[in-house]
Amino acid sequence: MLAALFFYLFAIVLIGASFMVVTVKNPVHAVLFLILAFFNAAALFVLLGAEFLAMILVVVYVGAVMVLFLFVVMMLDVNFTELRSGVLKYLPVGLVVGLLLMVELIFVVGAWVTAPKLASDAPTPPSAEVSNTEALGRLLYTDYVYLFEAAGLILLVAMIGAIVLTLHHRRDVKRQDIGEQVRRSPETAVEVVKVETGRGLQ
Amino acid sequence: MTIGLSHYLTVAAVLFTIGVFGIFLNRKNVIVILMSIELLLLAVNINFVAFSSFHGDLVGQVFTLIVLTVAAAEAAIGLAIVVVYFRNRGTIDVADIDQLKG
Repeated sequence: MLAALFFYLFAIVLIGASFMVVTVKNPVHAVLFLILAFFNAAALFVLLGAEFLAMILVVVYVGAVMVLFLFVVMMLDVNFTELRSGVLKYLPVGLVVGLLLMVELIFVVGAWVTAPKLASDAPTPPSAEVSNTEALGRLLYTDYVYLFEAAGLILLVAMIGAIVLTLHHRRDVKRQDIGEQVRRSPETAVEVVKVETGRGLQ
Repeated sequence: MTIGLSHYLTVAAVLFTIGVFGIFLNRKNVIVILMSIELLLLAVNINFVAFSSFHGDLVGQVFTLIVLTVAAAEAAIGLAIVVVYFRNRGTIDVADIDQLKG
């Protein structure tokens, strides 16, 4: 009973927040609503017994990706009202496509028949001896270790790609060249000059 | 009033629909389009986790981890492209992005 109540609470807030993400005018508010949506999705994951993924969602998504979005939205000096100018033009086609898609998905879900052997009408209860995190780790580091490595590789490529894309050297700024400084020796740095009396340096 | 698999699937379906709707609604703003894609991936993740939990099979959650990884990489690269594009053009209107070619 209580679980059902919480499910409806989180689901309604999740859907409301995600609807606000796509309709709200100010992109900063959109990012904040997206954060709310991710928190509620994490709560749904907890209800489903996937605690590790819920925490990953909060840490990685809210902590990293959404902050990145917030940075970019605030850093770019874009006229966001101008970018919303065509909204009324795109609203009908968006509604039609969205409603069609929803009707199709509801038909699919409504006609869904789970295999009786597999289906259970309640989420799998958490096992007493192995926590969700430990079970996931056992699976991830044994059977799916190559997939795990591939995920790490994807993140590495994404990191290098983002740095390569956004790093740009400004020519008009003087920079410290540490190699140059270290390579400096007395021979190249100091010149001993014999100064004749009364003549000075030329 | 038990919450079954279909409840979670319905939430995910509505979320996916909102994501697609958002892509159509904000045709000009790349950042909101990227956020809509995040919503789509979240809907997919909810489906994976719901099936994984109701079938008692953890592989779905492993796949969700991979989807999260790819989504994070996609967001990082997408935002980097947006920043570079804004630096070059001074706008992030999607209609102008065809000039990126070549």
